[in-house]
Amino acid sequence: MALLEVKDLEVSYGVIQALKGISFEVKEGEIVTLIGANGAGKTTTMQSVIGLIPSRHGTVTYDGQDITKMPCHKIVHLGMSQVPEGRRIFQELTVYENLLMGAYSRKKEDTFKEDLENVYKRFPRLAERSNQIAGTLSGGEQQMLAMGRALMSRPKLLMLDEPSMGLSPLLVDEVFDIIKDINKDGTTILLVEQNAGKSLAISDRAYVLETGSIVLSGTGAELAASEEVKKAYLGV
Amino acid sequence: MEFIETLINGLSIGSTYAMIALGYTMVYGIAKMLNFAHGDVIMVGGYMIYVGLTVSGNPIISFLAAVLCCIVLGITIEKVAYRPLRGASPLAVLITAIGVSYLLQSSAQMIFGSAPKMVTIADLGNLKFAGLSIPVYIIVTLGCSVVIMTALSLFVKYTRTGRAMIAVSEDKGAAQLMGINVNRIIMITFAIGSGLAAFAGLFMLMKSPSLSNTLGAMPGIKAFTAAVIGGIGSIPGAMLGGILMGVVEAISLTVPPVAPYTDAIEFIILIIILLVRPTGILGKKRREKV
Repeated sequence: MALLEVKDLEVSYGVIQALKGISFEVKEGEIVTLIGANGAGKTTTMQSVIGLIPSRHGTVTYDGQDITKMPCHKIVHLGMSQVPEGRRIFQELTVYENLLMGAYSRKKEDTFKEDLENVYKRFPRLAERSNQIAGTLSGGEQQMLAMGRALMSRPKLLMLDEPSMGLSPLLVDEVFDIIKDINKDGTTILLVEQNAGKSLAISDRAYVLETGSIVLSGTGAELAASEEVKKAYLGV
Repeated sequence: MEFIETLINGLSIGSTYAMIALGYTMVYGIAKMLNFAHGDVIMVGGYMIYVGLTVSGNPIISFLAAVLCCIVLGITIEKVAYRPLRGASPLAVLITAIGVSYLLQSSAQMIFGSAPKMVTIADLGNLKFAGLSIPVYIIVTLGCSVVIMTALSLFVKYTRTGRAMIAVSEDKGAAQLMGINVNRIIMITFAIGSGLAAFAGLFMLMKSPSLSNTLGAMPGIKAFTAAVIGGIGSIPGAMLGGILMGVVEAISLTVPPVAPYTDAIEFIILIIILLVRPTGILGKKRREKV
């Protein structure tokens, strides 16, 4: 059974239809990527799935439960977590306090220390800078913090919206390695990326989103080899 | 000696403004709206103290009942008037807030009449030491304010709910992604702000016993000014702005040629500070994301 199942999802901003009924699924343990150009509806999809923006039609099922109309904070408590586009870390809080916010949905304090250690192990830079105000971190460090913060809730499904945006090529590679690593440790991943080449390379499956509709789907390798994807997204 | 007395008086007026300014600034920071009915919650608190004193005669019970009523009132206003407008244009919310303000003032007038009520809470007398003569109500006001403001600062910094408030004020969407129930945090903010308004009502009645349905109007505007001077959205800013306003007011009132223009002087300070620092003394410049 799929961990996340999206069926005929439609979202509109006023008269503009951003999603025209898309369907996709993410199975437990997979890395699934949505690729597409700017304005294709990738971020809208991510935000609608986690309940930040309401959908007009369609259903979202997570872990066997209908979460279509559920408010975002409740969905997060079910074990879904998102690294939003543009990171959106809490600039005025310290690195440590940001991670504390990430653990907000976990009522039991006893796992906090363990989770914090795991995040610090994965991102040693964050441990070094734990008392620094987050707004003063570099772009790469902020991305690490956003990922660490999302991991603090021990998500079953981690959604990442453009995690490579604005990073240097070296850091982009590092981010994709970390995503692979997180997945290997048992977290299912839904990824949205403009960097189609790198994301298809680590994906089990992928969907191509174009102006609010899914136009192609397949395994990461299949899509990377497909002529259309090559032409439109890989620039070959 | 006289100057020290004036200064202490100023601190006490200032901490009353700070109590009110905290309500404005917290609601602005978290719900991103100007709650212009906030001053009238003070007035309702005042009338509740009056009713309590008439019924029970016990100032402490009356005051606690007033705090409770104000908290319930604040939560109700938020739920009935503001929550349905979440996401609506800021102008619609502003007009609604002004409407709530008039609703509270008119209701008070209908229920209690337009003649001011005299509310004598308790005659506490004066405290004399080291050549100073300070009314005890001023000391009570200062003491309560210091305790409350310290407690509030610790609450925001060190509790789970307090940190959630900071998160919501910074980025509502990201806060939701952390699993924070934004509506609940906004409700708690209104509850705290309205509870503080009841304290302000008590302080004002201790200072001058005359109670009418416009009790909260002018202090509300001044406290809002104080919040803007300090940097709206900033809790230490509201405290600082409030104290500053109070001290300026107290000093200005003792200088005969400028005393009649005290209110004007306070608003001139607002204009000067906004010219020099548009975000207020402690306000942070927010980076607008493109």
